[in-house]
Amino acid sequence: MKKLNIQIVDTIDTSNIYAKLSHAHSGGICVFIGTVREFTNNEEVIALEFETYKAMALKEMQKIADEAVKKWNLNSVVMEHAVGAKKVEEPVVIVGASAAHRPECFEACRYLIDTLKERVPIWKKEMFKNKEVWVSAHP
Amino acid sequence: MNVLFFGITRDIVGTSELLISDLVNKPTVNDLKEYLKTRYSEFSKLTSFAVAVNNEYAKDNVPLERNDEIAIIPPVSGG
Repeated sequence: MKKLNIQIVDTIDTSNIYAKLSHAHSGGICVFIGTVREFTNNEEVIALEFETYKAMALKEMQKIADEAVKKWNLNSVVMEHAVGAKKVEEPVVIVGASAAHRPECFEACRYLIDTLKERVPIWKKEMFKNKEVWVSAHP
Repeated sequence: MNVLFFGITRDIVGTSELLISDLVNKPTVNDLKEYLKTRYSEFSKLTSFAVAVNNEYAKDNVPLERNDEIAIIPPVSGG
């Protein structure tokens, strides 16, 4: 049976990822964790603030997971994104794929995060000392 | 129609939910986009913005019905 774990959460728990992805039919697991970086273009970031259109975000994440399962014959998928204010070094997103062999895991994991960033209605605001900027809003 | 706003578009309109009654005669997604650009000049300065109808991205020619859940989706930036 396939294991899918798709969530919008307040806090990402990275400690239980193996349990969520391990699978009897898998020979490998690949995980990507997105975190808050201290500097953007040499400017110090105090925090990132995330918000989402939750109902649609979950629906899009489910579609992306289904696409990946089908394309790479995955056994387990995790897609979790955090909302709220996140400080430097905190995790904000975790995606993972488990499959029979490692090439599928690597490719699927990259697809999960790249496609999430393109399609899922989640927005981040960079909080600097003196200003706040919605990322990607303006050309 | 009731329209939901997120991210920078919520900041532009100053609220997360707006009742728009100016659009008549079976408006489409494109009509709503044009209406917003006319009413709020800041919309034209955005990289882009999409409209979601009932939690799905909707193309410009999609008609908007009274009971649809309509949301304005500025450029996404998750991850």
